[in-house]
This record gives sequence, C-alpha cells and structure tokens, in this order.
Amino acid sequence: MAINKDPVDVVIVGLGWTGSIMSIELAKAGLTVVALERGEDRGDADFMYPKAADELKYGRRHKLMQRPKQTSLTVRRDQTQTALPTRVLGSFLPGDGVGGAGLHWTGQLMRARPEDLKLATFARERFKKGQLQEDMQIQDFPVSYEELEPHFDFFEKVCGLSGQAGNVRGQKIDGGDVFEGPRSNPYPLPPLIDSLSSAMFDKAARNLGYHPFPNPSAAVSRPWTNPYGMQLGPCNYCGFCSFYACVNFSKASPNTTILDAVKRLPNFSYRTKAEVIRVDLNDDKKTAKGVTYIDADGKETYQPAKMVILASFPFSNVRLMLLSGVGKPYDPVQNTGVVGRNYAWQMGSGLQLYYKNLDFNPFATAGTTGKMISDFAPGTYDSAPMGFIGGAKLHGSQPTGSPMAHPVPKGTPGWGLGWKTGLKEAYGHHMSLSMSLSNQSYRGVYLDLDPTYKDPHGLPLLRMTFDWQQNELKMAQFMGGKLKEIAAELKPDVLDDTIIKPDAHFQNASYVSTHNLGGAVMGDDPRTSAVNKYLQSWDVHNVFVVGGSAFPQNLQNNPTGTIGALTYWSAKAIVDQYIKNPGPLVQI
Amino acid sequence: MSSKTNEQRRKFLRGSAAVIPVVSLGGTVMRSAFADMPPAPPLDQYTPAFFSAPEWAFIKAACDRLIPASSDGPGALETNVPVFIDLELHGGYGAGEDWYMEGPFNVHADATFGYQLPYTPSELYRRGIAATEKYCQQTFQKSFEALDEKTRDQVLTDLQKKTIDFAAFGETQMTSAAFFSFLLQNTKEGYLSDPTHGGNRDMGSWKMIGFPGARANYTEWVDQHNVKYPLGPVDLAGRRG
Repeated sequence: MAINKDPVDVVIVGLGWTGSIMSIELAKAGLTVVALERGEDRGDADFMYPKAADELKYGRRHKLMQRPKQTSLTVRRDQTQTALPTRVLGSFLPGDGVGGAGLHWTGQLMRARPEDLKLATFARERFKKGQLQEDMQIQDFPVSYEELEPHFDFFEKVCGLSGQAGNVRGQKIDGGDVFEGPRSNPYPLPPLIDSLSSAMFDKAARNLGYHPFPNPSAAVSRPWTNPYGMQLGPCNYCGFCSFYACVNFSKASPNTTILDAVKRLPNFSYRTKAEVIRVDLNDDKKTAKGVTYIDADGKETYQPAKMVILASFPFSNVRLMLLSGVGKPYDPVQNTGVVGRNYAWQMGSGLQLYYKNLDFNPFATAGTTGKMISDFAPGTYDSAPMGFIGGAKLHGSQPTGSPMAHPVPKGTPGWGLGWKTGLKEAYGHHMSLSMSLSNQSYRGVYLDLDPTYKDPHGLPLLRMTFDWQQNELKMAQFMGGKLKEIAAELKPDVLDDTIIKPDAHFQNASYVSTHNLGGAVMGDDPRTSAVNKYLQSWDVHNVFVVGGSAFPQNLQNNPTGTIGALTYWSAKAIVDQYIKNPGPLVQI
Repeated sequence: MSSKTNEQRRKFLRGSAAVIPVVSLGGTVMRSAFADMPPAPPLDQYTPAFFSAPEWAFIKAACDRLIPASSDGPGALETNVPVFIDLELHGGYGAGEDWYMEGPFNVHADATFGYQLPYTPSELYRRGIAATEKYCQQTFQKSFEALDEKTRDQVLTDLQKKTIDFAAFGETQMTSAAFFSFLLQNTKEGYLSDPTHGGNRDMGSWKMIGFPGARANYTEWVDQHNVKYPLGPVDLAGRRG
C-alpha cells in the first residue's frame, strides 16, 4: 500500500533548470509546490574549491551524471535493429541530482533565432517541393521570437549572461551577432576575456568577411546579483567547466541562481532520491490527480496535486508520458500518435590544429571561452541550392585543458613511447575549429518504450531509434569546407581533419552531445504535437511538460536559453491564466 | 610495509578526494592537513588489494610497455599507475557500480552499440589477464612478465588487433581487443589523473606536459597570449609537484 502525502497545488518532477524555474515562479505566485528529484541533493560544500577540479571523477567516471544502473535507455539506428541498452554512459550525458544537467553544463546561453522558430514556414518559402528528404518532419514552434523575447531577456538576467549583443532593438552592433533577433536590452555583462585561440579565430573569421562574436556565456565576467537576489562571482578561468560543477560560483546553474532563493519560500519544498514512476490520472484520463514515486527508502509513495509539471530531461519526460498514458504514443509506421515523435539530437565535429611555437595554455579557460559565427544559419545564407536545410555554429572554442581530453595528432601511436612523446609535444600547442549543426526531425527517428529491457522497478526502459540523416551529413561536409577555409587563414603546422564522414552512422560509444531534444513537442496541431503553445498537454490539461522535449527539431544554437525562455513563458501562462480557470488554454 | 599501514593508505587514497581535512592552527588560520603530505610511496612498497601476485606481475609488465619511462618523462611504473588500477578495480568502478548490467546480453553486437559485455571491470580484468597468460604459456612457454620488451609489445599489439583469439583460451564472450581497450584506457587514466586517486605519482605526467593540475585559477593568464604558464602543478591534496 502506497504512502500518501498531503496534497499540494503543484508537484514538479525533476529539479534541474526547468524544475527550478517552475518551482520559484509558481511558489512566488503563492501556490504550494513540491519538487521531486530522482537523484541526490547537491550542496555548495560538495564543490568547494578545488574539489570539483577532478578530471577522473567528473570528466571520466561522470559522477554528476545519470547512472545507467538507475536509469538508462536502449538505442538502435533503425527499425530493423534490436535496440541494446546504454550500459556505460558515452554518447550523451544526462544530468542527475539537484541542478540536473544545469549543474555541469558548459554554460553556452543562446537564443533561438526568429527563423529557427518558424522553420517549416521558412522551408515552404525557400525550398521547392520534393527538394528536401520526404520523411523530414519540420514543424514551426507555436510561439514567435517576439513572444519569447521578454523571457529570453529575463532568463539571461537570471544567469548573468556575459557577452556582446549584435542587435539591440534593431540597432546592429559590430562585435556582436549582427544576425541575431533583436534584443530589448544589451547583455547583462560584458564578454569573457579572449584566449589566444579565440583571438586567432576572430582574426581569421574577419579576414574571410564573417561576423565573429564571443560565445554567449553563463559563466559570468563580473560580479552579478540576479533578479532573485542570488549572486555569482566572476569566472576565474579554471578550465574545469563542461561536465563539472563550478568551483567558484561563477557558472549559472539552478544551484547558483535559483535554488537558495526558492528554498526560502515556506510554500516550497523538495525531496531527493524520489523517483517518479507514474503520473496518476483520473478515470476520465482528462486530468491527473498526482504522481507516484519511489522514495529514498524504496517505498512507493503517492503525491496528490492539482497540477503536475514534468520538468525532467527529455528522455524522462517522454518515458513518463508513455508509462502513464498521457497522450497517444507515436507509431512511425502508421504515422499516428505524438508521444515520442520528432526526436532530434545534434551533430558536431571539426578540425584539430597544432602549432609547434604557440603556447595556448588550454587550462586557462572558461568552458565558454571562444568565438563563433552565425553566418551560416537559416536566413543568413542560402542552403537551398545545396539541397539541405539548416545551419551550423562555426566556432573556435577552448572549453578545457584537462589532460585526458587533450587530442594528439593523427598518426600518433595509441600507446608506448610514441604516444608519450606525442602527448608531450602536442599538449598546449593545439586549438580546434568546430561546428554544431541544427538537426531536423524525421519520421523514423523517434522514442518509444523498449519491449525487453527494464529498470530496477521492472518498468520498460525508453528506446531511442536514431541515426544521422542525409540532410545533416551533407550539411556537415559543406560546413567542414568552411572550417577548412578558416584553417587555411590560420596556417597551422599540422591540420587534422576530424570532420564527420558523409557515410557516418550514429555510434553509442564516444561522446556526441547532450542536446537530446523533442519527443513531446509543442505545436498548434494536436495531431503532430503532444503539448500546446503553453507546453500544456493537449490530452490532460493539468499536466505541463517543459524542457527540451518540447522542441520540434533541434537548432544550431545551444538549446538551454530557449528552454529557459519557454519555461518562463509557460509559467506565466499558468499563473496568469491556468490557475484562475483550469482547463485547456488552447481551444481547437 | 605492513598490511595495516597499506589499509590505512588505501583508505586515505580512496577517501581523500571526497574530503580534504583542514587543521586549525589557532586563531583564524586554517590550512590543508595534506599540505605537508609527501608523494605516495613508490610501487615496490605497495601490496595490491585486488590483484593476485601473478596478476600484479602481469599488470606491472603491461603498464610498463603501455607507458614506458624515457627521457621525455616518467613511465607508468614510476608514477604508480598499477596502484591506481588496483584501487579502481577494488572499489566501485571495479564493481561496475554505475553500469546497467541487466540481460539479455548480445556480446557480439556491433561496436557502435557501445559496451555490451556481461562483465564488470573487475571480472573483465580477471578474465583478460587469465586468457592472455594462457596465450603466453602456450606460445612462449613463459608468463607475460617474463617476456622481453619487444615480445611484450608484440603481445599487446596482438591483443589490440584481435590477432589473439580469446575463445581458444577459454574466454568466449570478450575479445582480446575489448580487454586491451580497458587496460589502455585505465593505464592512461592512472597516468594523467590527480594523484589522490593513486596514480600520477608526484604529478609526473603533469610536469612532463605542463598541466598545472588542480590550481584551477587563471584569470591573470587568459590574455597573456603565447606566454607559457610558468608554474608547476598542484594536486587536489594541495601538494606541489
């Protein structure tokens, strides 16, 4: 018999970025809120300088990330294969514990571009019928850049975004992203300091007529007090950022920007080691009555609530919907249903440059150190003649100098004296040129429940059916050509081409990206989306599903900024509209 | 060294990354209790907790070839890499504490599916060492550690390239290449990780490559372009290399 908890207004599943934003905004509005986090609590003392600077523990053993033993998923490339479990974390690194992936992210805080949010419209206008892959399922976001702008602005203030604006209310500013959508305000803080590699990229990009700007950074450049009264200290360029918690209270995370503030509110509480296994629905299946979770002692516990917010990583959001019967599961063969539909990831890769006589001090860096260009984004260049849709961030970034992650030139032996000499000669004499591509959604790329493998509670794991598609592979070759032009300006002593090959298949071993998005997408049409423009479930009106799961396809720009903005947008709709009149916010 | 002292030392090595003790010197002065800590004792004073004596001989002989000593810098033995591997396999990593280990297992799955063996790292090493030793006995009538450097290099290369058929030596699920990949990966980890994990003794690899370790504080250096950082490394225990 389950333990019964006292009812609350809102139960929030997951206490990462979206769970923390929902917690504070709804608690400030006077609702009683309980957040349930599957993982552990995370205290400031855990990461006190210099403890977090441990490459083995965090960069290799991934101690801040989800443990496959507790939660995993199975993976296959297409429907002909049998999916096998991710037994050891590799190609993606979902977060775990209070703060989620927001604790250990790199901190690249970007906005979606206006064209990104209306890409289906863009495709219809720019491409001839039949020019794009027939099974592509590009969909417009049901919100516009103008609607999200105030929420981008606010989230950026929460994080102390540091950088250089390129378009403030229509005025273009050199040194910023002149192609970006208009901002109502400049960045809260100035850019981080350029490293040698950033300065070299900047010069080469300008020589080629591009418009480089500093990577927008949620590791702050100056002391910052955010709208919640939480404080960040200036980044000290420690070199342990991506995959690590910040040693210095400089990187914006739920822990450094929201949680201490929300914990002061008496109507907010949270429980850790509380793994939600089901959203419990009323008999009519049109409303939820609460959630069931396994508590820290392994006991099944029922938390009744007037509203349920799924705020976990896209994989968990989608899995919970499938396990609970929220929305109709997607069938890629019949092309019916919506939960699991439009799942997308992100392709990267690039070039490695080595210089005998330059010292890059790669360890003296913030995770966000670097510069990028948006000269190859939908709307800034015409990709229709090349037959692909989308774009890529091209960037010269220097996220770390940790030794195990440092590359060596091709041809260096994998072990022995040659390896040792190769590492010694390469270390500190290397920089990268990289691309991060947009990634469209496709009919046969989706999420569902695995028929064979189970979690420790006996519940089916999520199954991912994913492979790289021709559109992205073609685009990667084009973008690789552009990176090679930049490399030619930079004249390295050794240039290694590590660009993804045109016939590459997805592999679940070495790291790809943790921008796993979609599966419970937002839209105007319940036939092709699981949630409406306010991220409210079309089927169960007191369930909201927030996070990267809402993206109909992936953008070239890092998703967290847009995820944060969408969460504030949704929270506002809940406070202004939903709680006054509970019911579907969008009528069809 | 007595086993009691070794046990204390292993506890220190395993626990030290989690908590850095601080001693109060009266008033408000606090300093790390490890500030005066010497580097770890050398390899020959260590008694393994996980490896048997023959396995320990194998591991030392293998690590010695994977990262040999040279004028460029210390090798795996001088930096206690085998100690690191022993501690890792004796602890949670060896037990596969974070891994998903439910069946069914498809051990012959394509490499693109990632790791699919039913073995935790500790099992993987026991089996891999056993099969490799059987191969060496059959081929050379010697144990691996008795082979000369050139022959050991050849055996390691053959493991890596899967030229050695583990199935012929009683291991039907794991290939020699899979075993080799863990051995190499853990050897490099032991060489390059923070000394508080048992390897990288006296920060030997960090001094060789010029990595400042856990200093993690470089505001004044970011804009000094092409000026080589001059200071030596510091580890998580506050020791200087």
